[in-house]
Amino acid sequence: MSTATTTPVPVMPARHFLNDNYGIRSWLLTKDHKRIAILYLLSITVFFFIGGIFAALIRLHLLTPNGELFSADTYNRLFTMHGVNMIFFFLIPSVPAVIGNFVLPIMVGTKDLAFPKINLLSWYLYIGGATFSVLAMVSGGVDTGWTFYAPLSSGYLRGHVILMAVGILIVGFSSIFTGLNFIVTVHRMRAPGMTWGRLPLFVWSNYAASLIMVLGTPVIAITLTLLALERGFHIGIFDPKLGGDPVLFQHMFWFYSHPAVYIMILPGMGVISEIVPCFSRKRIFGYAFVAFSSIAIAVFGFVVWAHHMFVAGISVYSALVFSLLSYAVAIPSAVKVFNWTATMYKGSVQMDTPMLYAMAFIGLFTIGGLTGLFLAALGLDIHIHDTYFVVAHFHYVMVGGMVTAYMGGLHFWWPKMTGRMYPEVPAKLAALITFIGFNLTFFPQFILGYMGMPRRYWAYPPEFQVLNVLSTAGASILSVGFILPLFYFLWSLKYGEIAGNNPWKATGLEWETTSPPPTHNFHEIPIVTKDPYAYGEEEEEVPVVH
Amino acid sequence: MSDHSHSHPTPGLYLVIFIALVIGTVATWGIAFVDLGVWNPVIALAIAVTKATLVVLFFMHIYYSSKLTKITISAGIFWLMIMITMSLSDYLTRTFLPQ
Amino acid sequence: MSTSQTTTTEHHPALAHQFDSMEQQQDASTFGMWVFLLTEIMMFGGLFTAYLIYRIKYYPAFVAGSTSISVSWGFANTLVLIGSSFTMAMAVWSAQTSRRRLQIWCLIGTMILGTVFLGIKGKEYYDKYDECHIPGLGHQIIGKPFNTTGGCSATNKDLGNISKEIRERAQNDHEEVSEESANQTADQTQIFFSFYFAMTGLHAFHMIIGLGLLTWLLIRATRGHFDSQYYTPMELGGLYWHFVDIVWIFLFPLLYLISRHKGGI
Repeated sequence: MSTATTTPVPVMPARHFLNDNYGIRSWLLTKDHKRIAILYLLSITVFFFIGGIFAALIRLHLLTPNGELFSADTYNRLFTMHGVNMIFFFLIPSVPAVIGNFVLPIMVGTKDLAFPKINLLSWYLYIGGATFSVLAMVSGGVDTGWTFYAPLSSGYLRGHVILMAVGILIVGFSSIFTGLNFIVTVHRMRAPGMTWGRLPLFVWSNYAASLIMVLGTPVIAITLTLLALERGFHIGIFDPKLGGDPVLFQHMFWFYSHPAVYIMILPGMGVISEIVPCFSRKRIFGYAFVAFSSIAIAVFGFVVWAHHMFVAGISVYSALVFSLLSYAVAIPSAVKVFNWTATMYKGSVQMDTPMLYAMAFIGLFTIGGLTGLFLAALGLDIHIHDTYFVVAHFHYVMVGGMVTAYMGGLHFWWPKMTGRMYPEVPAKLAALITFIGFNLTFFPQFILGYMGMPRRYWAYPPEFQVLNVLSTAGASILSVGFILPLFYFLWSLKYGEIAGNNPWKATGLEWETTSPPPTHNFHEIPIVTKDPYAYGEEEEEVPVVH
Repeated sequence: MSDHSHSHPTPGLYLVIFIALVIGTVATWGIAFVDLGVWNPVIALAIAVTKATLVVLFFMHIYYSSKLTKITISAGIFWLMIMITMSLSDYLTRTFLPQ
Repeated sequence: MSTSQTTTTEHHPALAHQFDSMEQQQDASTFGMWVFLLTEIMMFGGLFTAYLIYRIKYYPAFVAGSTSISVSWGFANTLVLIGSSFTMAMAVWSAQTSRRRLQIWCLIGTMILGTVFLGIKGKEYYDKYDECHIPGLGHQIIGKPFNTTGGCSATNKDLGNISKEIRERAQNDHEEVSEESANQTADQTQIFFSFYFAMTGLHAFHMIIGLGLLTWLLIRATRGHFDSQYYTPMELGGLYWHFVDIVWIFLFPLLYLISRHKGGI
């Protein structure tokens, strides 16, 4: 017979990391990883909305085939700024810098990251890079596409390429230092008893992403430096007129930028690996497979970059190898999808908001991932390269995948970060609206791409208009889905139900400390004896949420 | 685990390594003036790799460091090799249409 | 892995709050520096990759460019930098063995050698400027546009005239090289010089940062911060400095010794 202990009414702890110290200096000079996570949360939200505004303008412009809203030049700047902001200033930092910074040290069982001052430096580098980006935007922006292909970007266009390149360079170092911090923390600061096999999968995923951050980002740094040198001093590295090779730029650019997409998705997968077992009340299926698949994705992700260059003039033998490897890199991702699904099978699935986002992730990421395989096929890529098919593919993995995971993670850990629950009804509504809006926006784009509509074009043949209108309609719905959380999260800070230590009855060290946690995370460093995800091992307590 | 508190290189060892590095440098410089055809760059790089290895092992204490540190530096070299070889594999296998 | 505890109950003043022991702090800091050096390997690696691709594509131009930079100064600089690596290793050893005066002198020695390196580099850069071998916006920024075909100086037709050197070397080998072909190769050396300046420039930038780090270490060493209990910053500074040395160990043969046997200065 279960010992029916009356669950005590949750209370906010008297002192926690948010009220331990007041004043702007205590925030701007903080070394507490949790405060730095909040700083990041505020910053990247701003850039998410900036990128979103550019997206809205793009979709508005594409309502009509003849491009009546903006000139071609302006349109080029719109999609470039959308891409740059979303990728470098939102997606890449999102889960690692916000959720990772907040929970990773606690999950690992330590008081802070290995190098707290470098963590703060990381945030300042983000702000510095972001400042350059904003400067470039208000000076008129860049029109090369986020890929900055030379010699377009190094000699032919009039946008503010150097300003933008410097901004991205600086924010790249922010990313490097975050990754460095995570790697050292996971290797050297685990609590007693926290073996690698007991680490939450969120840690494994962020560790793998950190490997990529550290090994890949420096290459974009040097590429952008060379680009800036070529543009500023007219030396011929990529410009064929001066003897340079434009394909070399693409090699160097994609050597980072392809692994960068794994920097973006891996932490999101880590979030899903935490949410799915919790809301299925079941241990994750195949822990070791999920853990090692993260590492496999990180490693394989580095040897597939030229699949972005199949039609750029690379050797066909090289293209063959890259195509084969691109198929191989899909396998570990598929392994994860199978494992999450198997976790849910015969589990006791609770449809709370984080789980809604997780389930959406599994479906949408699968579609995005599979369409990636279409693109990896050499013959097919010739037809769909640089069309809306590509656009739809990466939005399915980035938005349907990554942003969805980020939202799920925000909802999952919001009670831990703030001590308050968000309101469940508006949250579920927002999740549903996002799902519908997202699919309506991007599914038509698969069809458009397959029918031949090129990407980055400011005008299109009239027969494509219906699908474009559908896509724009979807975008307007999607934007509602993203704006709603802004309101109810803010509302919850004052009026949300008090969460208590573990509102989800989840496993993991972060749920054993108070919500919000104390500044030093633990009153006593824990000694770990349990495996992670020990769901369903103790008496079943349905989480008391609403 | 690391062994910082246990074995250290001694100044004597440092001196030996230094002399070896100087000899390597003189050798690289000298051999460069002899025409060995395709072997010139190969030998020059081989000497450079040897010198770098000596610096990494002894001046940078890798020889005395933990397995983790050894793996870290190997990973770096491995990744560099991926970048170089796979980029070169494109350039070296291009076949162009006859002029 | 479990963390080990210090045997004393008081904290060393340099122990940061997130670490449980000085050993853990030293371990983590050193590992962190190695991870950082990993990023540096990839950054310089990108440059090396691009360099390799162009060397294969423009080999004659690379030979011509390489033979026009002074191998003697490059050789001297390599010895200087290796020497500074030795003094740096000694500085770290002195800190490790609590030898305060020796660590200060070794640091100073390293800094002097580093400065000598930069001085020689400066001289080499000046020579290139003088010979009109600096690629790019020469005519707008430094007043000497890139010119390798004899137009650099009105009074000395041979100054920086790589085209002429190519033809002379060909003659020594009993080969014929047309003026047009030599001019084209000489023009292509612009790519070589772009890489020369980019690679040695990035390296010199790292040296300057290194000198800054050494200055900071010197100040702390004079204040007696480092001894066998705590010398982590010295160790980290040493790792950084040796890395910069290693980059040069590769730069020297790659830039200065391309087909040297064919001649050159």
